[in-house]
Amino acid sequence: MSEREPLWREEFSVSKAGERYVNRRQLTKFLTLASLGMFAGNVWILVRSWFRRVHPGTRQVIARVGEVPVGGVKLFAYPAEDDRCILVRTGANDYVAYSQKCTHLSCAVYYSRENDRIECPCHQGYFSIRDGSVLQGPPTRPLPRVMLERSGDDLIAAGMTGD
Amino acid sequence: MDRRYDPRQHRGLTAIDAVMALIAILLAVQMWLLTATLDAYLAGHTEAALPAAIASGILFAVCAALYGFVRTLDREARWKP
Repeated sequence: MSEREPLWREEFSVSKAGERYVNRRQLTKFLTLASLGMFAGNVWILVRSWFRRVHPGTRQVIARVGEVPVGGVKLFAYPAEDDRCILVRTGANDYVAYSQKCTHLSCAVYYSRENDRIECPCHQGYFSIRDGSVLQGPPTRPLPRVMLERSGDDLIAAGMTGD
Repeated sequence: MDRRYDPRQHRGLTAIDAVMALIAILLAVQMWLLTATLDAYLAGHTEAALPAAIASGILFAVCAALYGFVRTLDREARWKP
């Protein structure tokens, strides 16, 4: 008479050593799929970079002189419709304009009149109103600056620097 | 199937553990690469995207090769008489 397998072995037919192999193989498979996901993410960024719209040297009237009070701001889109920028009148005849996208994680920055600086509400990144340089916080790059020209009573955006 | 301790299986498990550790390290590098590239992209710097994608592809290829190696080990250690 042949020796019969105990019932528990029939119910759990995979040996402990075999189960360890399966577990490790499955974890390795999961890690490899995660690696594929990282690669796909990098390819996605590459494709987005290739199809990024470029608007070099576009000239656009963004405000009229006197439209914005001293210490006031005006939001506008430049160079594309979804590239938001902020114009600040810092003096009677002084205007500065920057991209409104924080260089850290693209939150919208705003002008703080009390502190006379541009602030990002997400991670407390502060930028100088004079040149857009980083004063504090996680951003490592200055805000891209919109070059301004004056033509009669018009303020004209004539390009970006630091983009 | 023989359920007793098999030194060949034990060696196989050790090798798989080593490969898993290596894949985990490569994955950590890929995560850093993706984070750094995304940060640069959001800041408007796209020049790093191509080298990062190539490096990430190479790392994935190595991970896939290591996974193939694990499958081979698994097959040999578990199913050969």
